[in-house]
Amino acid sequence: MNITENSGVSHLRWQHRTGVQRLALWVGWLLLVAFTVYCWQVMTESTIWAFVADAPRQAADLGSRMVPPKWSYINVLWVPLWHTLNIATLGTMIGVAIAIPVAFLAARNTTPSRFFVRPIALFIIVASRSINSLIWALLLVSIIGPGVLAGVVAIGIRSIGFVAKLLYEAIEETDTAQIEAVTATGASRSQVVNYGILPQIMPSIYGISVFRWDINIRESTILGLVGAGGIGRQLQASLNVLAWPQVTLIFIVILATVVVSEWISAKVRHAII
Amino acid sequence: MLRVDALSKTYATGDKALDDVSFTVEAGQVVGLIGPSGAGKSTLIRCVNRLVEPTSGSVHLNDEAITGLSRKHLGQMRRRIGMIFQEYALVERLTVMENVLSGRLGYVSFWRSFMRRYPAEDVQQAFALLDRVGLVQHANKRADALSGGQRQRVGIARALEQNPELLLVDEPTASLDPKTSRLIMRLIVEICSERNLPAIINIHDVVLARQFTQRIIGLQEGRVVFDGAPNELDDSVLTRIYGEEDWTDIEGARSEESAEDDVSEA
Repeated sequence: MNITENSGVSHLRWQHRTGVQRLALWVGWLLLVAFTVYCWQVMTESTIWAFVADAPRQAADLGSRMVPPKWSYINVLWVPLWHTLNIATLGTMIGVAIAIPVAFLAARNTTPSRFFVRPIALFIIVASRSINSLIWALLLVSIIGPGVLAGVVAIGIRSIGFVAKLLYEAIEETDTAQIEAVTATGASRSQVVNYGILPQIMPSIYGISVFRWDINIRESTILGLVGAGGIGRQLQASLNVLAWPQVTLIFIVILATVVVSEWISAKVRHAII
Repeated sequence: MLRVDALSKTYATGDKALDDVSFTVEAGQVVGLIGPSGAGKSTLIRCVNRLVEPTSGSVHLNDEAITGLSRKHLGQMRRRIGMIFQEYALVERLTVMENVLSGRLGYVSFWRSFMRRYPAEDVQQAFALLDRVGLVQHANKRADALSGGQRQRVGIARALEQNPELLLVDEPTASLDPKTSRLIMRLIVEICSERNLPAIINIHDVVLARQFTQRIIGLQEGRVVFDGAPNELDDSVLTRIYGEEDWTDIEGARSEESAEDDVSEA
């Protein structure tokens, strides 16, 4: 049988997008281009071109003052570096400890009440995420005074939202058959969480925590700028006195720390998955 | 004994999954529940332990009502009903032993179950059951390290760890090969006769249903359209349950079976 001749559907035409969809796509691209042109114009208006022209010379000048790094300064950095690691690690632990219950309250399948408790949990997540840890540190330094504690609490608060958001999504994606099977044995709610849900999200808990710890190492290196302890205080002190060789060494130390923490984080996540 | 009276279920979407279903299952009787996809088989067995809440009608286990129980009493009722699932539904990241012991969750406190400190007799029974299903050497393996047939046997051990008064079995062989399917069905049927357990088995495979069950209930669009002995399941009944089709293959299997029976009887 010849399909094209004998079937009664030869008049049908197939198109990937309807006319309206194609028009919408075209208008969308047009708006994007127009917006780009507009932004370019705004940017060039507020630029002082004399400074830009001068940029290569300025960069070379600063660069020449930054090298060589003042290697002997490293002895001053060990303690603040240790503080920075502690801020990141303790802050992550606090954040995760609070984030786990918040995530269970926020996940659609475990929240006790969708209309009352879940919005509160979601608000906690959004509030924690919307404020940068530097701002949290600034607030906390003025509340509990300068030092490492303010940094730990700032990192902890900032971590809650990040960890809880990723975790509640993991909870919502759990396999319902396993949960159903545990429920069918007559288990209580808390036992269902313990046996049906927790084993399924443990890899996520570890993975997210290590990922957040890795981010927190980076964030905690600058908290000292607002007085919350760690290596950032040395950075600020060196910047204030224009001690560029010291600044260079601090950059190198931060870079090395971040590389090591990323490596650890990657290793741990790889081991879990 | 399980008694289902005028059970109906209409989902929130308006789909009528069950329509006035009534039957009783005596102790020790293994009932095969057959029907096309979407006929309400899964809904029916989930209405028995109220994983799905029935819209109307009643379910009684040994003359105690399951429908109408409060949340707390429902938990106590569910622990008397063992359930075996399609795709096994083991907690994949827990060990075989933890999966089997989870059959005791309804009997132990949260703290005991959290610390995995189960009473010695529960652990002893779990070992005995794993031995019965031939998996005692795998007790400390993670469930996801086992093959399909082995996982389903863990699922059976978990259900039996409850010391159930009724077994609900949902498509136990849907993801298993033909030989393993038969081993699993044989195991379930043997256990039911050992313990004089009533069981409802949802099953797609009509040949398997006929081979292993003592009674067959046919569901079609939420209604019981057949309820009788496996050998009454002929062409016209299959057409009534599933719709018009050439059933000679299944009929052939039936005549071969009866021929074998004749030989063994002779």
